[in-house]
Amino acid sequence: MSAPLIILAVTFAAAIGLGLWARRGHTMNLEEWSVGGRGFGTIFVFLLMAGEIYTTFTFLGGSGWAYGKGAPALYILCYGAAAYTLSYFMLPVIWRYARARKLVSQADFFASKYDSPALGALVGLVTVAALVPYLVLQLKGLGIIVSEASYGSVSSTAAVWMGTAALVLYVVVSGVRGSAWTAALKDILILSVAVVIGIYLPLHYYGGYAAMFRAIERAQPGFLTLHASGMSPSWFISTVLLTAVGFYMWPQFFAGAYTAKHEDVFRKNAVMLPLYQLIILFVFFAGFAAILQVPGLKGADADLSLLRLAEQTFSPGWVGVIGAAGLLTALVPGSMILLTAATILAQNVYRVAVPDASDRTVSRLARSLVPVIALLSVALTLRGGAAIVPLLLMGYNVVTQLFPSLVLSLGARPLATTAGAAAGIVAGEATVAYLTMSGASVATLAPWAPQAVKDLNVGIVALAVNCVVLAVVTSVTRRRGGSA
Amino acid sequence: MNEPPTTFRFRAYHWLSVVPIAGLLGGLPFVNRVEPYVFGLPLLMAWIVGWVVATSAVMGLIYWLDRRHARDGR
Repeated sequence: MSAPLIILAVTFAAAIGLGLWARRGHTMNLEEWSVGGRGFGTIFVFLLMAGEIYTTFTFLGGSGWAYGKGAPALYILCYGAAAYTLSYFMLPVIWRYARARKLVSQADFFASKYDSPALGALVGLVTVAALVPYLVLQLKGLGIIVSEASYGSVSSTAAVWMGTAALVLYVVVSGVRGSAWTAALKDILILSVAVVIGIYLPLHYYGGYAAMFRAIERAQPGFLTLHASGMSPSWFISTVLLTAVGFYMWPQFFAGAYTAKHEDVFRKNAVMLPLYQLIILFVFFAGFAAILQVPGLKGADADLSLLRLAEQTFSPGWVGVIGAAGLLTALVPGSMILLTAATILAQNVYRVAVPDASDRTVSRLARSLVPVIALLSVALTLRGGAAIVPLLLMGYNVVTQLFPSLVLSLGARPLATTAGAAAGIVAGEATVAYLTMSGASVATLAPWAPQAVKDLNVGIVALAVNCVVLAVVTSVTRRRGGSA
Repeated sequence: MNEPPTTFRFRAYHWLSVVPIAGLLGGLPFVNRVEPYVFGLPLLMAWIVGWVVATSAVMGLIYWLDRRHARDGR
């Protein structure tokens, strides 16, 4: 066995071992399995939340964007900072409500706040539709990382199957505790790898950061600034704001907040996480360094820039370590997604269909759904081809549509009616689907608008439709039903 | 260990939390340049990194003030 293969295998085994070991001393009812019995301290919640930033998207996609698009990639740094600021105020309110009512999922929150299990089921189905493509993205990334880092000796298909088997095993056994413990391993590894390559590569190839950026600017003028049209400042600002409000609407983030044992955990995290996510900057540096060193990677191949440059620079042992870090960036978010999707389907969809189901049945069903969702995702990963791409692009916009009705429900009584919330979500999702399928942008919808408006992220249109429908239906239903 | 705050009241200084993201995004059109380099980073990148660091600092200040209020029982 070659050095990188041994390192990948050891990391893989360590992740599974840690994931299984996490279970010890806990009886796994649904509350324990899904939200860790609400007993996680600052460090664990931090790791879960930070674990979600360093997905394969940041590792491959972050460097890929820096390599292929340049300055626009910086939006990834900004939306995190904005979302954490929001979390300081929002998450304690959500956590308090969820703990008092023993909620285990995001859809539970909507069902309870709006006193409507049907709304919970709607939210549940919508978010699962966004989660599955996200899991597919992680599995695709995992396949790429392992096959590249093993110099092709493990095929990407084999890697996807092995990764999925590991996920299913420790998610079924340990639930969210498995994710938290593997997240600890992942963050230590990714932190070291990112800092080392982000410092070493620019120094090694260019002699310094300024020298690297000067060389890039000479070769491709304008690459290190936002464009005058298209990915312009107006695109950047609208994308950051839209992504920031959508951030905690991901159901695995939202329910991840339930794991905290005290609401103060979120405030401490909101202070630390903006600094912590600056590590992404080092991933960008690796992507920037690759521009002039491994040129010519076009389109989706840009995502390979970090690994290709690593192969060219480091000995196989180091490439194995980088691959191992990448492997973990797929496993941790993947496990959170699997866990969350299974919990939602059992708790918020099955339970609505079979209202007298016992807690035991729901808990058992949730765990049996894990391999089902996993197999579906593997099938989509291996055979989905291009069909999955629109779904991936939709994911963030899909979950963002929950934001208006969530915010309006945070007070003692929801400011929207149940019909208003449901209509807003449905209208928003329909708009997202239409925009994605038709490939429309603000420029095609409003060709007469000034350039700054044309460049706005088209997701804003869906959110606006959502808000208008929510407001209209709320005022109509409230009038008809007297004081709602 | 100090008792962490358990109840939440919106206070005037919480508006400070808007400053970093408003500063970051509001200033973008004016710093969308490469020169001058700051600590080896193009100006646009340095601007963003600076404000992200400021986000942590401002949230730290808000947290400290919140803790102090909770401790004083006001």
